[in-house]
Amino acid sequence: MVEKITAGEKGDTGSPAGSALERSHKVEALESVVIRFAGDSGDGIQLTGTEFSKSIAKGGYEIVTHPDYPAEIRAPLGTLYGVSAYQVKYSNNPVFTSGEALDALVVMNPAALKMNVDDLKHGGTLVANTAAFTPANLEKAKYETNPLEDGSLAIYRLIPIDISGQNATALKDSGLSRKDIGRCKNYYALGFILYLHNRPLNQEIEKIRTRFAAKPEIAEANVTALLSGFAYGEVCEVFDTRYTVSDAVNLSPGTYNSVTGNRAVAMAMVTAARQTGLKVFLGSYPITPATDILHNVVKLPNFNITAFQAEDEIAGVCSALGAAFGGSLAVTTTSGPGMALKTEAIGLAAMTELPLVVINVQRGGPSTGLPTKTEQSDLLQAVYGRNGECPVAVIAARSPIDCFHTTLEAFRIATRYMTPVIVLSDGGIANATEVGIIPRLDKLPPFEVNFRTDADGYRIYERDENLARAWVRPGTAGMEHVIGGLEKDSLSGDVSVDGSNHDEMVRTRAAKIAGISKDFPPLIIEGSDEAKLLVIGWGGTYGSIAEAVRQSIANGHAVAHVHLRHLNPLPDDLGEIIDRFEKILVPEINLGQLSVLLRNRYLREITGFNRVEGKPLRVSALRKTIEEMTRHG
Amino acid sequence: MDKFPLNDLTRKDFESSQDVRWCPGCGDYSVLKQIQLVLPKLGIPRENFAFISGIGCSSRLPYYMETYGMHSIHGRAPAIATGLKLSRPELSVWVITGDGDALAIGGNHFIHTMRRNIDINILLLNNRIYGLTKGQLSPTTQLGRMTKTSPVGSVDRPVEPIALALSMGVTFAARVVDTDQQNLRDILERAAHHKGTSLVEIYQNCHIFNDGTFEAVSDKKQRDDNRVMLEHGKPLIFGKERDKGIRLNGLEPEVVSLGDGKYTEADLLVHDEKSDQTVLAYFLSRMHNPDFPVPMGVFRAVQESCYGESVRSAEAIVHGKRGPGDWDKLIRGADSWVVE
Repeated sequence: MVEKITAGEKGDTGSPAGSALERSHKVEALESVVIRFAGDSGDGIQLTGTEFSKSIAKGGYEIVTHPDYPAEIRAPLGTLYGVSAYQVKYSNNPVFTSGEALDALVVMNPAALKMNVDDLKHGGTLVANTAAFTPANLEKAKYETNPLEDGSLAIYRLIPIDISGQNATALKDSGLSRKDIGRCKNYYALGFILYLHNRPLNQEIEKIRTRFAAKPEIAEANVTALLSGFAYGEVCEVFDTRYTVSDAVNLSPGTYNSVTGNRAVAMAMVTAARQTGLKVFLGSYPITPATDILHNVVKLPNFNITAFQAEDEIAGVCSALGAAFGGSLAVTTTSGPGMALKTEAIGLAAMTELPLVVINVQRGGPSTGLPTKTEQSDLLQAVYGRNGECPVAVIAARSPIDCFHTTLEAFRIATRYMTPVIVLSDGGIANATEVGIIPRLDKLPPFEVNFRTDADGYRIYERDENLARAWVRPGTAGMEHVIGGLEKDSLSGDVSVDGSNHDEMVRTRAAKIAGISKDFPPLIIEGSDEAKLLVIGWGGTYGSIAEAVRQSIANGHAVAHVHLRHLNPLPDDLGEIIDRFEKILVPEINLGQLSVLLRNRYLREITGFNRVEGKPLRVSALRKTIEEMTRHG
Repeated sequence: MDKFPLNDLTRKDFESSQDVRWCPGCGDYSVLKQIQLVLPKLGIPRENFAFISGIGCSSRLPYYMETYGMHSIHGRAPAIATGLKLSRPELSVWVITGDGDALAIGGNHFIHTMRRNIDINILLLNNRIYGLTKGQLSPTTQLGRMTKTSPVGSVDRPVEPIALALSMGVTFAARVVDTDQQNLRDILERAAHHKGTSLVEIYQNCHIFNDGTFEAVSDKKQRDDNRVMLEHGKPLIFGKERDKGIRLNGLEPEVVSLGDGKYTEADLLVHDEKSDQTVLAYFLSRMHNPDFPVPMGVFRAVQESCYGESVRSAEAIVHGKRGPGDWDKLIRGADSWVVE
């Protein structure tokens, strides 16, 4: 469907350049658009992508983003390994993933073109910054001839723009240095892309002025760059169509946030402090891709949160455990290698039965692995990776907004059951943006924490109906006690090496964790009622699986999907649900770790769908597997 | 509820019901006793003490204290104590550690605690051996010492805990022998009153695996010739007859005799525990038998900003500027919008 947009209609751009200049570009309405920005890691690609996404989200569309950046901070300019990318899919329908085949690709240099062009659809829009296609950059990207000129890109709608040059011309009177002018080119590109996608500029202009409030001259230069890019779109003759996604989703009323998973975790910490009235203590050590949580929290000291950047991962978790002993809501944040280092302290938290939330933003492993890429390979580490019989609660977030709910639930479980709780996020959802509602405080489940202050008859390991011992704050008179890593008498808490007491304590600790499942809500089965195939997923693969299932159903295949948040203990109703299906498919970004847990627990044959490529599962490949399994049903 | 009026607290109030299980004759007994004697004098309610330890013989000490405490994991007590103190500044937090716990496996936490100057007290019971694992060399074992893991003598150069702490800018460092009861009590009391990290190195004899390692400075018959007692503002004089002293010859300390008329007290190094610089204390920390007497007492005691207080004043500044955090405003901040 193609329509001409006229002023005043939905999607009106509020043309800053004036309608007299505006060429009558056709507007192509699509159901969804997938666009990727790519350039040098120093090009500000992540910023451009984020700003574009927010602008789209505020238009009332559903979005999912996927930032993909190299481990090197400022890799040598123009190199293939220095390419940073940011992808966003937006739609008038529910969006589950950041998409696969690209409708549009914006490349700031030849290396970015080389690394990304294969993902662009035939006929897709390719915006290229011609200024960067110099002989030196072409050579770094291993191009023998200039692809913008040799016809090799003929299957795409190529829009070559001298972004650097145009931007410099627009800002020649700004009084800024050449370097500072160069830095504005992202906003030039953003202005152009916003034109191409039929988005207004006013909000973006406001945001630039807020962001650079301390440096008004930089703010105005960026605004000029943005307006110039937009204006260039209006007068540009090298393309004839711009996009619009026909109608925004009919979103239910509420206050919408556009947040990354890492920011959602920080928001949950603030919320836990607010709900309980207790101080939150974050002990942490910088590690990709979890560090942004710490960045977010240090900005909020007036929210009853203390953030402590420790000397190492071990001190991060240990300082948190010390704070838990002191009666704070304690949390530590990390990624795989850091988890390995924290292992012993998590065991101490389990032994001393102190509440501790451990957030593992998983990345590619083993060892240093793929620091900036996503993976789900720390599940078995979370469930089993400690010495001794050492069960802890393990839960996983399925999306950026779900990181908020999952983290908050982790604090509730930790304090209700006096246990460490491991939250598994991943590099995908941690950095991706999702649009959704963070509920008002009065809409959240109540969250109260009580300390025991009654010294009468107090025994350290006396337990309540949840098998949890009481939390007693130091400073409470008459309840002085010592806890520790040595096994203790099941009541008095005195050191004990008695065999039968140890057996009792091992079983009690296990029963306490197993009992957490009584609090879980019933599982939700998505998909077809008559399905014989059940897809079981967990964590950050929710989007890919939900999309693949939706597409398979649309193609006439009967398939159902259950997505797990609770991995230890598993939900009580999962066994009964599994029994209702003939085939079980478990897609994971690992070699089958949930499969191991499910086979072990339910003695069922499980088919794995396993890809460990450092990125979200490919919907098309998963859909193919689902459809093969239903076809041969 | 057995609540004690502060001035009525006695040693007994700090003794737990647990049987003390160190080897009979161990120096740890003396340390425990002096701690229990000092705490009632500090004017701090019993329930506001917390003793955090790591792993090793000395780290069992919290079990014998009728206070809050945690017997944690190897080397990590300073990190746990840091989290506790940061979140509960009103508590008096003590770390009980040993030479292996603090200086080998826990070396990183040890140095960073000193660097931050967080207001906790660290009692390092140094016996120059791994006792609980039955006699392996430790980071403070002297060169040439035969142990289970150095059967022909240790070739592993030892660390000097006070020198290490000084290099991290420790604001209170002292050394004392386990059986030197009066000095131990005095130093513990000073450490408790010090604002900032206090390190007390306690020479503790392990008579099972490393007996006599500190005999030169603990044995009453010979200690006066082998140690020099540090007193602020006083020259460094030692010897049974107080006839020897330490002077600086350029950048080298040297032992001089006061008896032969060549040097007088005026030539000697005068101890200054309050020096802003750590240089003087560092000279002292490197003095060892047999070339020098071993300094005992307070090496350094200066007031500097503590990490916890700095964190809290930074928090207070933000509070003052922005007021208490507004949850609604944060969640419904710049990146939110309302759909009606």
